[in-house]
This record gives sequence, structure tokens and C-alpha cells, in this order.
Amino acid sequence: TPPSHPYPHHSAEGPAQSQMQVPSGYGLHHQNYMAPSGHYSQGPGKMTSLPLDTQCDNYYSGPYAAPTQNVVTPSTANQPGAQMYGRGPPAPHMMGSTPGSLHGAASSASHLHTSASQPYSSFVNHYNSPSMYSVTSSVASQGFPSTCAHYAMSTVSNAVYPNVSYPSLPAGDPYGQMFTSQNAPTVRPVKDSFSGQNTAVSHPSPLPPPPSQQHHQHQSLSGYNTLSWSAPGLPTQDSLIRNQMGSLPIVNNNTTNTVADSLSCPVMQNVQPPKSSSVTSTVLSGASTRMPPATKHAAEPVVSASQPLERIQHQGMQYGDYVNNQASSTPTPLSSTSDDEEEEEDEEAGVDSSSTTSSASPLPNSYDALEGGSYPDMHSSSASSPAPDRALEPNPAPAQALSPAPTPTAPQPAKVAKPFGYGYPTLQPGYQNVAAPLNSGAHPSGLSYSGFQQYPQHYPGVNQLSSSLGGLSLQSSPQPESLRPVNLTQERNILPTTPVWAPVPNLNLELNKLNCSPDSFRCTLTNIPQTQALLNKAKLPLGLLLHPFRDLTQLPVITSNTIVRCRSCRTYINPFVSFIDQRRWKCNLCYRVNDVPEEFMYNPLTRSYGEPHKRPEVQNSTVEFIASSDYMLRPPQPAVYLFVLDVSHNAVEAGYLTILCQSLLENLDKLPGDSRTRIGFMTFDSTIHFYNLQEGLSQPQMLIVSDIDGKPQTVLPSQETHSALGPALQAAFKLMSPTGGRVSVFQTQLPSLGSGLLQSREDPNQRSSIKVVQHLGPATDFYKKLALDCSGQQTAVDLFLLSSQYSDLASLACMSKFSAGCIFYYPSFHSTHSPSQAEKLQKDLRRYLTRKIGFEAVMRIRCTKGLSMHTFHGNFFVRSTDLLSLANINPDAGFAVQLSIEESLTDTSLVCFQTALLYTSSKGERRIRVHTLCLPVVSSLTDVYAGVDVQAAICLLANMAVDRSVSSSLSDARDALVNAVVDSLSAYGSTISNVQHSALIAPSSLKLFPLYVLALLKQKAFRTGTSTRLDDRVYAMCQIKTQPLVHLMKMIHPNLYRIDRLTDEGAIHVNDRVVPQPSLQKLSAEKLTREGAFLMDCGSVFYIWIGKGCDNNFIENVLGYPNFAAIPQKMTHLPELDTLSSERTRSFITWLRDGRPLSPVLHVVKDESPAKTEFFQHFIEDRTEAAFSYYEFLLHVQQQICK
Amino acid sequence: MEAMVFLLSLIDCCALIFLSVYFIITLSDLECDYINARSCCSKLNKWVIPELVGHTIVTVLMLVSLHWFIFLLNLPVATWNIYRFIMVPSGNMGVFDPTEIHNRGQLKSHMKEAMIKLGFYLLCFFMYLYSILND
Repeated sequence: TPPSHPYPHHSAEGPAQSQMQVPSGYGLHHQNYMAPSGHYSQGPGKMTSLPLDTQCDNYYSGPYAAPTQNVVTPSTANQPGAQMYGRGPPAPHMMGSTPGSLHGAASSASHLHTSASQPYSSFVNHYNSPSMYSVTSSVASQGFPSTCAHYAMSTVSNAVYPNVSYPSLPAGDPYGQMFTSQNAPTVRPVKDSFSGQNTAVSHPSPLPPPPSQQHHQHQSLSGYNTLSWSAPGLPTQDSLIRNQMGSLPIVNNNTTNTVADSLSCPVMQNVQPPKSSSVTSTVLSGASTRMPPATKHAAEPVVSASQPLERIQHQGMQYGDYVNNQASSTPTPLSSTSDDEEEEEDEEAGVDSSSTTSSASPLPNSYDALEGGSYPDMHSSSASSPAPDRALEPNPAPAQALSPAPTPTAPQPAKVAKPFGYGYPTLQPGYQNVAAPLNSGAHPSGLSYSGFQQYPQHYPGVNQLSSSLGGLSLQSSPQPESLRPVNLTQERNILPTTPVWAPVPNLNLELNKLNCSPDSFRCTLTNIPQTQALLNKAKLPLGLLLHPFRDLTQLPVITSNTIVRCRSCRTYINPFVSFIDQRRWKCNLCYRVNDVPEEFMYNPLTRSYGEPHKRPEVQNSTVEFIASSDYMLRPPQPAVYLFVLDVSHNAVEAGYLTILCQSLLENLDKLPGDSRTRIGFMTFDSTIHFYNLQEGLSQPQMLIVSDIDGKPQTVLPSQETHSALGPALQAAFKLMSPTGGRVSVFQTQLPSLGSGLLQSREDPNQRSSIKVVQHLGPATDFYKKLALDCSGQQTAVDLFLLSSQYSDLASLACMSKFSAGCIFYYPSFHSTHSPSQAEKLQKDLRRYLTRKIGFEAVMRIRCTKGLSMHTFHGNFFVRSTDLLSLANINPDAGFAVQLSIEESLTDTSLVCFQTALLYTSSKGERRIRVHTLCLPVVSSLTDVYAGVDVQAAICLLANMAVDRSVSSSLSDARDALVNAVVDSLSAYGSTISNVQHSALIAPSSLKLFPLYVLALLKQKAFRTGTSTRLDDRVYAMCQIKTQPLVHLMKMIHPNLYRIDRLTDEGAIHVNDRVVPQPSLQKLSAEKLTREGAFLMDCGSVFYIWIGKGCDNNFIENVLGYPNFAAIPQKMTHLPELDTLSSERTRSFITWLRDGRPLSPVLHVVKDESPAKTEFFQHFIEDRTEAAFSYYEFLLHVQQQICK
Repeated sequence: MEAMVFLLSLIDCCALIFLSVYFIITLSDLECDYINARSCCSKLNKWVIPELVGHTIVTVLMLVSLHWFIFLLNLPVATWNIYRFIMVPSGNMGVFDPTEIHNRGQLKSHMKEAMIKLGFYLLCFFMYLYSILND
């Protein structure tokens, strides 16, 4: 088959060639470097900086033998990435800007030069010397703006950090204090320290929402207002922050400096705020100024001391410092501390991996030797080496601008603390002070919930909020409350008015604090039954719901030479292992006793030896490791994106191409990737067209291959209506197979030519059939085979289906399902006729193109001995019993796993689950993200019921029902859903003796179960009797399989709010905006009043329903029309009016939108408009022609139980 | 004549026994993660039809030679083989589908099935052997 030859991009493979093609990545590095240098000069530590630099040089010199300056050249960017280069210049600027420090400037300048070469070298390292890899990668990953300050102070910071970052650790008291004052803070310090890294790590993430940025800026300016803090607590903010964090790396890539700047600032702030708060107690703003000198001081002494050990650390740490600095763009003390942590870790890695000499001979001599001549070549490179870190940083320049004031502040505390961790006490008070304000600001009830915080450590923002709410509503006393019997038929308002939160496992506070966030990892039963028999008795599904790669605000990134794992089951060390003594730990999954490696005995946080239980791996249940070459089968692949576009008549007519091109142009620079990134295009109708995009060509060459089947096509009609999707995909597979990557397929019709052609299988008359829904499964195994081939070559296929007629999504979806891709479906898409769809495509594309991405990933799920997994749900290929092969992983992918209990768990009281996701970041680093969840084991049925996580159970049931409807039939699946309710409630009924049999009793934890199941039965995927297009149904099923729990729940059971009377009561603050929190309404038309306006949040769609008698004030102030009659039938935007109610409404909607990756479309529905049927079909509690009302359903269930 | 029939069945049965053993070995390889699901399934799917044909031949042979007892003994297994083959969904890559073999305990049930068949074929083998010797 001819397809492969025309493709120009592929000609250049391998790192060396990458230059040409992927200049952008290089460009990025340059930037960073440049910027960092600026920082250097700026940094207060100029004095110290020189020595440090030299050290750095030494340190780096070893690793970076390769550092030739080839790199510089690549900058000539033909490619999108080219813009990055533009940034290079700023660096000099920076230098100039730095006022006093001559030393710093000089050093920085030199750095710049060398730095340019560096990035390249780092790449080289990847391939050449695996050992180096870890080091370099870590550096690179951590590109944060603020580095410069750190650089100078790095030595200092080390000392400081321990105290600040881990207030709780050194002294027993702090912990308790922390608690009372603030839940989050205790945890936070740790996070903070890591956060910098995190940000660095999570490069690829997508869109930085502007509001968040503002928020951050605001914070910085205000000196970390408590109020501003409060915002983070909110979910939306969190997400925003995450995005930003993720986006940082991207930022580097970004052509527009301004964007990068803005981004960088926010990021830094994120990291900093906690630190600042903790370190500087009351004097937030003032402290900052002081800090710098202090740090300098500290740094100097350390340097002068020139102790062997310290030096070594420094060396290692230096780049850690850089990283840190970068991470915490603003050099607040805390951040610095965090940096130190990182540094230390890095150092470890660096020492071990990069230069054994340094580690071996801690003596000053080694330094000298290094510097002097041992590695002369390296020298230059080494100088540059620091730069790489910065390069990673999004925007040094912006950081500078913002950071200067804060930076100085940071050093001071550090200085104090630095000497030897004495600083702690001083820091502590600040911490407390800060903490209290935070809570208060965040929430009205801030103080009250501190006790209930579920997962304070890891995700302070979100946790804070959720925990607070949870604590208030449900969780203060989980056991009694969750078991309270509820008479379902008599409880009229079953739906709580506040969002339902995940139940907290019944563990002690300590363990709960350490436990994984429910956003990433949830189990349907938070109390695991002891035996399979008990589980069978409970009649509830046991399984896990995972969102492993979601955008995180706080993620400890660990660069360690040895990743500590159990020797027999390969479990990563986690917070739930037990240390038998100093030297041995017992695996919590297989109970094997393992040795603690020497390296692990040293705690980089406290710089103390012999405290393995205080290592970050053991303090955080969600961590990310930078993996060594042991974790690679081949050099990390570059980011390769191929777009396969349908250009048949149908597609051109629909007009998606313009939207796609526009989005691509806008986001090209934000595509996650490095200098090796490649992009390709391929179009097809009845023929396949390749494009030669080689540089040097004034315009792309188009190459047409009409030989799709080996049989030449002689006829080429001008208006080609055929679609040769199959051959196009095969060609795409051949193109991608040398590297792997992502293929994005845009298809607008049923493929009608060549292999993989499909016939229309839908009978429109059967759309509302009650009996049989056929053709839910694929018609051919062509797409499945193709997907498996792709998966084997680390290529994922993402499908965008924009069709107006039936296109057999059931068959087409296979190409994404088994290659770990994702599916987007836009029914009856037309760029002009359906503007809302067009807008949705545009927004989805923006997210899709810019979000984080992991390549050549595998995910392994381990669980405690006795438990086993038997079914997986999601898009992937199951390679072996517990190993999922994911060619790509994206932050919006969710997974579900069904578990069974193979051996009884009588000899254990806790079970643990661990997912380890090994992936290649878009920057070419191998990383492992590990989540660990710990749950108690119970032996009684009531305890099992007490711990039911009803939302997780419903999501798992939905996944199982999808499988059932495909493998068996839809009616089977529906029956199974109803039976799930009947069985579980009757099983519960049998455990309570004192209740009359006539009543339908459920434990409080399960009270929403029937409602949610009814919602599932009325969901597009499973409903019968209502006209549902086959593709819509199949798409709903695909979504059920791949959506993470939070989003899936909205799809199953939308949220309804009344919005015509929004008040500030109970409102939360996000980004300076007041976001009202109206209460949830049950999904019944009885709640709709003609005088009101309601918002329904269906996950991917928002409906605003306006009642006929709605107050004209509201219509005028919010919708911008004088009265009800004037509202147009199709309205998809709310005008930005300068009225209070408009502001409230919009801020509420924006807040809802910010919480999800794909922006929902808004429809304004008038009371009597035809569109209202769409709206009313979501009223789950109401009766429809074909389905029960909620009450009828309850009666039905009751009847079944009594039978 | 009679002996010829049984000799043929015996040889056929030997082949089926080897096939079952091969199935079991391959499946247990998959269980132990020595091979991946894709190659395991493509290996096994290749032999599904030979097994089906081989067993159908024996069954038909017994019917033709009017050994009713042995025919009735073989009939359920032959029916199951054919049923299994026919009921493969159109989107699947064969009786053994790499994307599903790890789901819903399919691997275990395949293994169980292969074991049962092995036992059955062994039983048949000795039956044919006995029949030959009796002749």
C-alpha cells in the first residue's frame, strides 16, 4: 500500500532529526533558559549565585556531555512552535532589568549562552544515557518562572524548607495545632513543597482559564488575602488552578508571551500562597520584602561551610532549586522550602544517576575536579544546565515582574529557619494564623468543618469545600446517619438540597487524611465485605471508579533514584504500608516484608536520616515518580499528532473544517509537546490525500492516492460523496506506527468505500420500540482489529463524529474504544444551521487540543491479596489480568473496575487498592502516577450497607448495564438494573427485623439508589419507548463507559436549580466573584413554577427554562429582553448585563462550567417553545408515556420485593 | 470395518486431545501473562474450526456407523461447539476475543471449558480404544 511514502514528517525520525521538524520544543527550552537567567540576575542571592552556578556547572557537567549547541539552531521555527523562540529575547531583558547584581547578571548571561545548548543535551541524554535521564527530566519538567531567586538561594532554601514545609513533622504539637486551626494547612505544607514540581510536571494541561489567573494575581497583589484563598477551596477554582498548572509547560510553548506571563503568575501564586501563609504569619506583604536578604544570608553560610555533604546536596539540589523556584514562581519562603524538598530529592536522583563521583566523593575536591577539568566539555553545558529548569518554567519574565517583591520575602524566613530547622517555631505561628483566615474566607462555616476534612492534604482547595459541606451535611457521624432507615415511599423529598458527596471511609482520622481523594479513586463500598458470601448477600456491586489522570492542583513529584516497590507484588510504597522497624516495611497488598533501601532512609524533607516513614511517598497517597530507564522499552516517544479529516461533499457542506482549522491555528502553540513534536494531516473522501508540509515549500504539496484497495479508482467525481474511512485509517496507522501518538479522525458519514465500509443498520421505525433494540454492537471487527493494531503501536484513535444521519457509531466507536482514544459526537452538526453545535465543537476542540496528554501508557491496578479484578470498563485494551494498555491517556478519561473477593479477608482489617499509571509525558519524560486507596474490611451486613457509595455504585451499574445490553440485550440490562434495586433493598430489609414488611425501607446511604436507577432507566442509553436514535444511544453508552464519575452523575441525574431568585446567602467566593449556591430541586415538573426561571445542569448541556409568568425584572435584567414574549426561541447566550441578578446568574453558570473540561452548551427554553420536550425529558421523577414515575417505580420495586 | 471406524475415531480423538492440551497451555500462558491477549486469541481462534470439524466428523461417523450411544454422547459437545461458533457477535474477532477475554471471567470459563473437553476426549479415547480391542 502506497500511503506511507508521501508523508513528509515521518522522514525525520529520531532525536537528531527532530531538530528540523520540531524546533518548537527547542525554542521552548531556550525561552526558559533565557528567562531563568534573568531571574538569576534578579535574585537576591547574587553573591551566592556565583558559587552556586559553578557548582551547578560541575554538577551538570557530568550528565550533560552532549550539550552541543545544535540546539540553538533549531529555533528557526517553521513550525507552530516557532513562536516560542520569540521569547528568547526577553531573557536578556530580564538580565538588564535586574538592577544591582552584577554577579548575577554575568552568571546569568553565561548561562544563557550555554543554556541554549542545554535543552538539546537533555534530549540527547534521554536517548544516550538513561541514567541521566531522570535528572534531566526532572529539571526540565520543573520549569517554573521563579527559579532565579532560588538559584541564588538554593543552599539556603534547603535548610529552610524542612521547617516550613513540614511543620507537623518535626514537632508533634504542630499537627494538633494545625488541625484546629486549619485542616488543609497541615497537609498543605507538604503539598506546597511538591506543588512546584507538580506544576512543572504536569506540563501538557490545557486551557488556563482567565478568571483564575486574575484571581491569582489578585492574591499576589493583595498579599495573599485570606479571601482569595477561600476561593481555592471551591471546586471550580481548583480545576482552574489545575489547568493552569498543567498549562505551564504549555505556556512555554505558547507563542504569546503575554499569555505565558499571565499563566505563570497564577501558577506561582498557587504554589506560593500556602507557603506564604504558613511562613509569614501575620505580616504577609511586609514579610515578603524582608525575606530575600535572609535567604541570601543563609545561603552564603552554607556555601562557605563547604561541607562535603552539603555540597553534594547542593549540587543535586541546585537543579532542584531551580525546579523549585520555577515551580513556585513567586519566591515565597514556603515555596522555597518546597523547592528544597524537591531539590533534595532531585539531588538524590542526580547524585545517583547522573554522577556517581559526586555522590561517592562528597568532598570539596570532587567539586573542584568536576569544575576544573574533569569534564571540560561539560563545563559549558553545566552552566547551562540550570537553565533547563527554567526553560521549563512557563514564563520567567512574567514571574519576574510579579515575583520580585514576594521573592525577597521568602528568603527571610528561610534564613531564620535555615540554620538547622530551628526556624520551625517561628514559622508555626504564621501558619496557624494563615490557616484560620483561609478557612473562614473560603467558607462561611470554615471553622466548623476543620474536623471533618476528608482529604485535606492532597487537594486543599476542593477538599476544603467538599469536606466542609460533607461535614456539615452528612459526614459528621457517618455510621449512624448512613444506616438510618428511610421509608422511601413516605419520604417525599428524597433528594438533598446540597450536592451529594462521597462518603468517607470509616477509618481513623489519620488514615482518612492520607487517603486518596474520592475525585481520583472511589469504591462502591467504602466498607469492604470480608467474604464473597457477604458481598453476595448484600447484593451490591463491588468495584472501583478511577479518574487517574485528572488535572491536579497538588501533586508531589518524586525524583528518586530508586523507586521503592514491593519485591514480590511490585506495589509502590505508599502511606498504608507498615514499617516493622527502621529497615523493613511490610507491603500492604501482599504482606511481604521488604527492606528499606539505603536511599530511602534519608528524608529529603527534613534532611534527616532514618525516618523512612516521613518520606513524601509515604505521606501522600497520590504521587508521581519520574521513572528511570528501567521503565522504558524504548526511548520516550515524541508527541505526534495526526489529523485525519473527512473532506467529502457531506463534510464540506457541514462546514466543520473551518472551525477545526480555526481552533488548530489558535491552539497550535498550546499543543502539548516539546521540540520533537510532529503534526500531520491527511484528508480523504473516496481517495486519500497526503500533504507534504516539509519546510522550504512555499505551500503544502498535496498528494492524492486513489489506490485505496489496491484497485485503482478511475472515477473521481467532482462532488465526491463517498468516504473511504477504512483505508484512510489504515494509512494513518502505517504513518503512526514507527512512533505512536494520537490520531484524530473527523468523520461525517457512514464509511462507504474500501475496507471497513458499513451499511446502515438502523430502522427508524424501531427507534421508539419497547421490545428490542438491535445493533448496539459493532457490525464488523475491522475497527476493532485496527484499534488493536494501533494500540500495539502506541497509537490512539480519537473519533469526532459530526454526522447528520446514522453513521453506525457502534462500529466506528471500536476504533477509539480499544485504542484508548476518546469519542466526540455532534449529531446533526452544521456550522451555520446549528450554531450551538458549532460552538460546542469549538470549545471541545480547544480543550481537546490543549489538554494534557500521556503517551504509551499502561495502567496497572493492584489490590490486596484476596481481592481480584474481573472486569474493566473504559477505553483501553486489557493486556493482561491487571494491566491496561493505554496508547494515550487524557485527563478526562475515567475507568471502572469490577472486583470480586476470591479469598476471605478475615485476617486483615484494611484493604488497599493501588493504580499505577506509567506514561510518557508530552515532554518526553517517563512518569508514574500512583494513587492508593485504603478501605476498612467489615464482617457484618449492616456495616456493608453503612458504607455504600451510592453514586459510585450507580456508575458501576451503568457500566455493567452497557456491557449487558451489548452482549445480551437492552431489556436484559434494564431488568438487571431494576433487580439491583430490588435485590439490594430486599437484602437490606432482611437485616432489619423490626420493620413491617409493607414499607419500602432503605438505609440512608442507599436512599438515592432507586432514584438513580430510575434515572438510568430513563437515560438515553437505556430508555425504551421514547424515540431515540441509535447513534445517540450508542454515544450515551460510550460516555457512560468513559466519563469520570463526577461528570457521569450529572449525565445520569441532572441538577436543577431555581435561578430567578438567586441570593448571596450561602454563596461562595471564587476569583473575587460571588457565586450563589441555590439549592438543588428534585427533577419533577411540580417544582417548576410559572413564575420562576430554572437552570438544569445536564453535564454537557445547560437548559434555562423560563416560565410564562416569570418576573419581567428577571427577564430584563438577566436575559436582556423586555418581557417573556420578546425572548427568542433559540437563545444560547446570556448577555452581559450590568445588573446584580445578571451578574449572579452568570457567575453561577460560569462556576458550573469551570468545573468541567468540556464546556456545556446553554439553551434558553421558553415555557411553550417546542424545545421544551428536550428539557422535560430530564424530569426523571415524572411519569412519561413509557416509563414509571418515581413513586410508581418505588411501588414496583416494593411489589417485586414482596413477591 | 468396525475397527476402521474406531481407528479413525481414535486418531481423530488423539488430535482433539492434543488440541485441548494446546488450548489449556495457551490459556494458562495468558493467565500467567507469558503471552498477550492478542496473540493468544489469534492462536486459539485458528484452531476453533479444526476442532469443530474434527469433532463433528467423529460424531457423524458414529451416526453413520450406527453407534447410537457414542453418537448421543458426542452430540451435546458437537452442538455446543457449533453453537459457540455461530453465536460469535459480528464485531468480535472469533470465539476468543482479545478485548473481552479478560472480562467477566471469560478466561476462566474458557479454561474450564477446555478442561472439560480434555476430560471428555480422554474418555472417548479410551472408549474407542476399548471398542477396537473388543473387535
